[in-house]
Amino acid sequence: MLGLNKKDTSLLIIVALLTLLAPFILNPFPADSAMAQFNAGYPDLMQRFVIFGIFAIGFNILFGLTGYLSFGHAAFLGIGSYSAVWMFKLLSYNVIPAIALSIVIAGLFSLLIGYVSLRRSGIYFSILTLAFAQMSFALAYSVLSNPKFNLTNGETGLQVYADDPQIFHREGLPDLPHLFGLSMRSTYTLDVGAWSFDFNAGYYLCAVVMMIVFYLAIRIFRSPFGIMLRAVKSNQQRMNYTGLNSRPYTLAAFVISGMYAGLAGGLMAAMDPLAGAERMQWTASGEVVLMTILGGTGTLIGPVLGAGFIKYFENIFSKINDSVLHGWFAFLPDGMEDFVVAVLHPFVGKGWHLTLGILFMLVVIFLPGGLVEGGQRLINWIRGKRSGETDKPSGKTEPAE
Amino acid sequence: MGILEVKDVGKRFGGLQALSNVNLSVKENTVHAIIGPNGAGKSTLLNCLVGKLIPDTGSVMFDGQSVLGRAPYEINQMGISRVFQTPEIFGELTVMENMLIPIFAMRDGAFRMHAYETVENEREVIEQAEQMLEEMGMADKRHMHSASLSRGDKRRLEIAMCLSQKPRLLLLDEPTAGMARADTNNTIDLLKQISDERDITIAIIEHDMHVVFSLADRITVLAQGTPLVEDEPQNIRGNPKVREAYLGETA
Repeated sequence: MLGLNKKDTSLLIIVALLTLLAPFILNPFPADSAMAQFNAGYPDLMQRFVIFGIFAIGFNILFGLTGYLSFGHAAFLGIGSYSAVWMFKLLSYNVIPAIALSIVIAGLFSLLIGYVSLRRSGIYFSILTLAFAQMSFALAYSVLSNPKFNLTNGETGLQVYADDPQIFHREGLPDLPHLFGLSMRSTYTLDVGAWSFDFNAGYYLCAVVMMIVFYLAIRIFRSPFGIMLRAVKSNQQRMNYTGLNSRPYTLAAFVISGMYAGLAGGLMAAMDPLAGAERMQWTASGEVVLMTILGGTGTLIGPVLGAGFIKYFENIFSKINDSVLHGWFAFLPDGMEDFVVAVLHPFVGKGWHLTLGILFMLVVIFLPGGLVEGGQRLINWIRGKRSGETDKPSGKTEPAE
Repeated sequence: MGILEVKDVGKRFGGLQALSNVNLSVKENTVHAIIGPNGAGKSTLLNCLVGKLIPDTGSVMFDGQSVLGRAPYEINQMGISRVFQTPEIFGELTVMENMLIPIFAMRDGAFRMHAYETVENEREVIEQAEQMLEEMGMADKRHMHSASLSRGDKRRLEIAMCLSQKPRLLLLDEPTAGMARADTNNTIDLLKQISDERDITIAIIEHDMHVVFSLADRITVLAQGTPLVEDEPQNIRGNPKVREAYLGETA
């Protein structure tokens, strides 16, 4: 189907089902129950899952295939957001021109940054991209925000004001980002017994976009171009002596991943019409690296899983505070309860980074292929158990896809 | 007039004159060996031919065109393929994928953005790759990860990759270095077969006398960066100058 083989088609269908049914899947607990805080099916968080999924899919085209580790991809995310908000300010709140411009501008910037950074490889390439991203951050944060020439609105962040031109804005259109009149904030809530499910227009826009770019990523992975990118990672020497110029291949991969990042940034602004410089900071660039490695570098589905995993932790684990912990361990004797809460305290709430860090270390040490490898091992283990061949050597690793 | 003409090539690294006044002519469809003791400048010469180094003086002409100043990939596109001392293959890819890359490179040039086509639909390229694997006796290993091949098979794959581009000149840099005797003999047979069956010129840099004398139609002896003699194998064997510079110290 769609030029994909059977395995890839089923992967695409699984991803489509998961994203379309996410409002159900992510809300497994009744709205009033004690477990409701683990529900992730609210629009804001679902949008973030998908947007960072797009960001990570694009990053993986560069890092997973060519092995070039960019530490500056958040710059393109930020550039995408700024471009989108400018479209809102100048034209109208319609998201289509905003997203289109964010992809184009991010593509142009990545062409420039990539052209310079790709003159080096390995750690020097990473440092160059990091330097560019930090320069972009500084530009957005202060340099390009002065009374004479205010492109980014500095610390406050770029937003739409009442006196902005918005030349295509008409009466009756929502005063928020919309798709031809359909507000990105409009949400239909379905109540089934004790459960409550939110269907948000913005989320479904992001979900459809993600399915399209996921499909494109599969096509790239399976194309001759994809083989060339993997050849870059494997042996550049042999590549050059085989009549191939590796530079344009890496640059093309860099620009594609930059455009994915710009798209993610544009979608972010389309969900919430605000662009701030902190989006471009190096921590944001590091986050997408973590997502890709955690999920499984060079695999198709891994980056999406990694993005979901990290965003879930960031939003759900960080909400567990001491009173919640006390509630869970109320059944223990008083002294024990306080002790357990004191032990767990550093790992939840504001300390969620600590838990994430430990998980990241465990994955890197025991599952170098990320969550995807974990899943494969699990499936192999279950299959082995079912057919009774538990003594089968598991040394054979299949290419993770 | 040979297919490869090296004229007055010199190369200096700091205080070391690695090559001086190197003249070499490789005739079409022959096997030409370049031998010499350690430090004679064999590898430097080879690197000057493939674009990795640019000589300070002299010229290198391939088929009437200068190769100097061109990048390795451009020189490859002119029709020169190089086999490395330790096999350079794409270790993370399967044998089949390894074979596809040079064929794509030959068909599409140094860069093509074929990102929306599917490899499985490239029937012609796949058939060529399969045929080459068949000829090299590696068809049964096509789905293997190339990193898990034996040393001899890696060498075989590398040669297959080079041949699939139908090069006019094949450069081999000590192709049997570090090989067991049996593997060495296999490689000699393979190279003999290639030079007999194909319309190809082979230039080989080698340490191993057994390999050189079994393969070469013509031999150039390099010593201290300068060619000492260039002659047919039987004349090289008895040449006292060569004995002194090279064979003498091993005998």
